[in-house]
Amino acid sequence: MEQYAQLAPLIILIPSIGAFINLFWGARLEERWVGTIATVASSLSFIVAVLMFSGLAATNYEAQVINPPLLNGWLTLPSGQVYIPWQQRVDTLSVTMMLIITGIGSLIHMYSIGYMHGDARYHRYFAYMNMFLAFMLVLVTANNYLMMFVGWEGVGVCSFLLIGFWFDRARGVGWRNSMAARKAMLLNRIGDFGVVMSILLMFWTFGTVDFVTPQEIVNTHLTEHSGEAYAEETDHSTSDTGAAGDHSEKVASPIAQEGEGDQSEAAGATEAGHSESEGETAHGEEDHGVAAVVYTNNDHIATEQLGVFGQTERFIDEGRDIAIGPITLPFTTWLVIITLFLVLGVTGKSAQIPLFTWLPDAMAGPTPASALIHAATMVTAGVYIMVRSDVFFYHAALTSFVVALIGGVTALVAGFIAMGQWDIKRVLAYSTVSQLGFMVAAVGIGAYGAAIFHLVTHAFFKALLFLGSGSVIHAMEHGHHHAHAHGNGHDEDPDHGHASHDAGHDDEAHGHEPEFDPQDMRNMGGLRKRMPVTFWTYLIGTLALAGIFPFAGFWSKDEILADSWLAGIAGNNLAGYIVFGLLLIAAGFTAFYMWRQIELVFLGAPRTDAAANAPESNRLMTIPLIVLAFFAIFAGFMNTPSYVLGLDNIFGAHLFTDRLEYSVRHAHASEFQPVIAILATILAVGAFVLAHNIYKRRNIIETGYDPLELLPSTRPFWSLANARLYWDAAYDRLFARPFVAIATFLADVVDWRFLHDYVHDQVLVKGYVTAAEGLSKPVDLGIIDGAVNGIGRMFRWLSGQVREIQTGYVRTYALTLLVGVVLIILVILLPLMQRG
Amino acid sequence: MMAVQTESYVMLSIVLFTLGALGVLVRKNAILVFMSVELMLNAANLSLVAFANHWGQASGQLFTFFVITVAAAEVAVGLALIVAIFRTKNSIDIDDLHELKG
Repeated sequence: MEQYAQLAPLIILIPSIGAFINLFWGARLEERWVGTIATVASSLSFIVAVLMFSGLAATNYEAQVINPPLLNGWLTLPSGQVYIPWQQRVDTLSVTMMLIITGIGSLIHMYSIGYMHGDARYHRYFAYMNMFLAFMLVLVTANNYLMMFVGWEGVGVCSFLLIGFWFDRARGVGWRNSMAARKAMLLNRIGDFGVVMSILLMFWTFGTVDFVTPQEIVNTHLTEHSGEAYAEETDHSTSDTGAAGDHSEKVASPIAQEGEGDQSEAAGATEAGHSESEGETAHGEEDHGVAAVVYTNNDHIATEQLGVFGQTERFIDEGRDIAIGPITLPFTTWLVIITLFLVLGVTGKSAQIPLFTWLPDAMAGPTPASALIHAATMVTAGVYIMVRSDVFFYHAALTSFVVALIGGVTALVAGFIAMGQWDIKRVLAYSTVSQLGFMVAAVGIGAYGAAIFHLVTHAFFKALLFLGSGSVIHAMEHGHHHAHAHGNGHDEDPDHGHASHDAGHDDEAHGHEPEFDPQDMRNMGGLRKRMPVTFWTYLIGTLALAGIFPFAGFWSKDEILADSWLAGIAGNNLAGYIVFGLLLIAAGFTAFYMWRQIELVFLGAPRTDAAANAPESNRLMTIPLIVLAFFAIFAGFMNTPSYVLGLDNIFGAHLFTDRLEYSVRHAHASEFQPVIAILATILAVGAFVLAHNIYKRRNIIETGYDPLELLPSTRPFWSLANARLYWDAAYDRLFARPFVAIATFLADVVDWRFLHDYVHDQVLVKGYVTAAEGLSKPVDLGIIDGAVNGIGRMFRWLSGQVREIQTGYVRTYALTLLVGVVLIILVILLPLMQRG
Repeated sequence: MMAVQTESYVMLSIVLFTLGALGVLVRKNAILVFMSVELMLNAANLSLVAFANHWGQASGQLFTFFVITVAAAEVAVGLALIVAIFRTKNSIDIDDLHELKG
C-alpha cells in the first residue's frame, strides 16, 4: 500500500498513450475501438488515482515526492545554478484533484462515446480528451511551478483544440467556433504572462520553484486526542533512526533523511505547535480547536534547500529584504507582487474578472468537452494553484483582498448575466464563472479548504448539468430531424443528425427553413416527460448548484459563506463582509437562473416540434448522468460540519478539510453557522419560487420574449443581463477594435505603404538597381570580362603566331629535323672535341 | 689486295648520307624522296659495317641486318602509302600534300 504513490508517473503515462494511439492510428480504427481505448485509458488512470489514495490513507496521509524515471534533472543549467527536477507530488490535495479529474473524466469519456457518435473527427476528439487528462494530471501532480506551468499550458492547448473542434461548420458557424477558440487562447495568454512573471520572480526570490523539496518534512499528524498514535509514530521514528545509523555513510539515502526529519520533528513538535498558535492569534484567526496537524519548521535544513513555501515562512520570520536586480524591497512586498502576477494567471485560467469573457464563448466546443474542461477541471486549475500556494496568499494580505474582491464580484456579475441568457449552455457557462468566483473568493478570505471542497462538489454537479444539457441538445437535434423528416415526407437517414450538435451546426442544407437552434431554450419546454432520466438528474444538479439541503452544493457553498462571515466577524477582515454580501446575492441569482432554466427546458408544454419529438438519450449517456447525480447528492457528506443533525456521527466531521490540512497548511475547518445556512436556503428557495411564478406563464415565453423583458420595471435589468452587461462589447470597443485598428494601420500604412512601397520599392530596389548598374558596366564588363577575354585573345594571337611554322610541307619538317639533329650532335660533340 | 682504310668508308658514308639528305630536302617526287631515305639508311649501314670491321666486332654487322630488315618493311609500308596517295590525289608530288598546314 505504501508504495502506491510510486504509481504517480503512470497516471500521466496512461492517458498519454491513449492519446498517442488515437492520434496516430485512430483514423484507421473503428469508432467503438477509439472510444473504448480512450475510456479505458481514462478509467485506468482513475484506478491508479484510487490506489494512490489508498496508499496515502495507509501512510497516514504523509506527502510524498516521486521522481519519475528518465526525467531526473529535467531542467538543468549548471552555469545559471538552475536545477528544476521533474518531480511529482503525491499528497491529499493532488490526489483529490486526480480523483476528480480521472473519475469525472472517465464518466465524460463514456458519455462522449454516445454523444460524438458519427463525428468525422471522432478519433481526434478522444485523442484531445486523453491529452487533456494527461496535461491536467501533470498540472496537479507537479512539485514545482514550472512543471505545473507545463500542464497549465498543455490544458490550454487542449482547451483551444476542443473549443475550435468544429471549426469547419458551414455558414460561418465554424468561423464563430474558431473565433471562440482564439479568444480563449488570447485571454489565457494574458493570464499566462502573469504566471510566467510570477514564476520568474519566484525563482529570483527563492532560487527555486519547487513547492516542497523531498528532504523537507511538511507535516506530521498529531491530533489532540490521539496521543497514542503519536507515541507509536515516535517509536517508529526511533527505529528508523537506528536504521539511519546503519546507513550513515549514504547521506542521500531516503531512509536516512526520513530518520533525520522524524528526529527533529519529535524534538521540535511542541515548539512548532507554539509558534503556530502564536501566528494564528497574530493574524486574528479564530482557534477552531481542530489543530489536527502540526508542521515542523525544518530547522535542520538550510534555507536554500527548502521549497518556496518553507523559504517564505523563514523569510517572514526573519523580515528579510530581497534584492532582485537593482531593486531591493521587503520580502512581503515581493510576495504581494508575485502573488498578484499569479492571480492574473488565475483570472485567465479560472475565468475571473477581468479575463472571464472567454469561458461563455468556449461553449462552442462539444458539450462533453465543455463539461470536463470548461466546468469541472481545467477552469478550476486557477483555484487549485492558489490553494497550492496557500502559504503565499496567507502572508500576502493585499493580494488576498484583491482575490476576494475579484471572486466576489465575478460571482455576482456572472450570476446576473446568467439570468438573461437564452442559450442553455451559455447559462451554465456563466454559472460556472459565478461558481468559480465563489471558490476564488473563498481563497481570498483564507478559506482554502472550503475552496477545494466547493471545487470538488461543483465538479460533480456542474459536470452533471453540462452533460444533462448535452443530452437535451442531442435530443433536440434528433427531435428536430424527426419532425423535419415527417413534416416534409422525406425519408431522412436516421444517422444524419448524429454528427452535428451544439453551436448551431447546420452543415445540412435545410433550404427555406429558418435556422433552428437546438440550444435556444425558447425552442424547448416540456422535456420532462420526453426525457425523464435527463430531467431528474438535471433537477438534482440544479438543487445541488442552488445549495438546497442536503445536496452537495449546500455544504460547500455554506462553508464558503460561513467562512467569509467568520473572517469578517472574528477575523475583523473587511473582505469577509464584502465577500459574504456579494456571494449571498450571487447565491440567490444562482437559484433563480437555474430554476428559470428548469421551467424553460423541462416544464410546461413543448414549444416546438423538435421538443415534442425529442427522444431520451441512450444508456451510454444516461449512466454517467446517474452516477454524477449520485455524487451531486452525496458528495457533500464527506465534509459535513460538526453538530448538524447528528450527521457528523455518521459521516464524521470535517473529514475532507482534515485530510486536506496535510497538504494545505492554512486550510482550516470552520464551525457550522445555522443562521447563515438557513438564510441562504431561504434565499435559494425564494428565488426558486420567484422564478417559478415568473416563468410558469408560458404564453409569455412563447412570444419569444422573457417575462422580465416585458415588464417595464425589470426590462432595463434584463436587457443588461441579456447584453452580458456590455462587458464583451466594452472589451471589443476598448481592446479588440483599437487593436485591430493598430494592426490595420501597421499592416496598411507602416508595412505596405511605408515599408513595401517606399522603403522596399523606392529605396532598396532603386538603390540596388543603381548600384548594380554602376557595378555591372565598368567593373563586371570592363575589368572582369576584359581580363577573361583578354587572356583568351592573347592565347589566340600567340597560337596564330606559333602555327605559322606548321607549313604542311614535308621538306620543312625534314629540314627542321635535320638542323635539329645536327644541333644536338654539335652540342654533344663540341665538349668532347674541346676535351680531346 | 690493298686494305682500304676505315676513313674512306666513313667519308663515303658521309657523302652518301649528305646526298640522301639533300635528296629528301629538294626532291618533289615522293618516290625519289623515298629513294633518298634509302640512300641515307644505306650510308648508315656502310658506316656501321666500316666501324665493325675497324674494331673487329660483329655487333655492327649484326645491327646492319636489322636496319636492312626495317628498311625493307619501311619500303613495303612506304610504297603502299605512296600508291594510296596517288589513288586519292592523282599525284605523288609531296608539295601537294600540305593539308596539315597550321
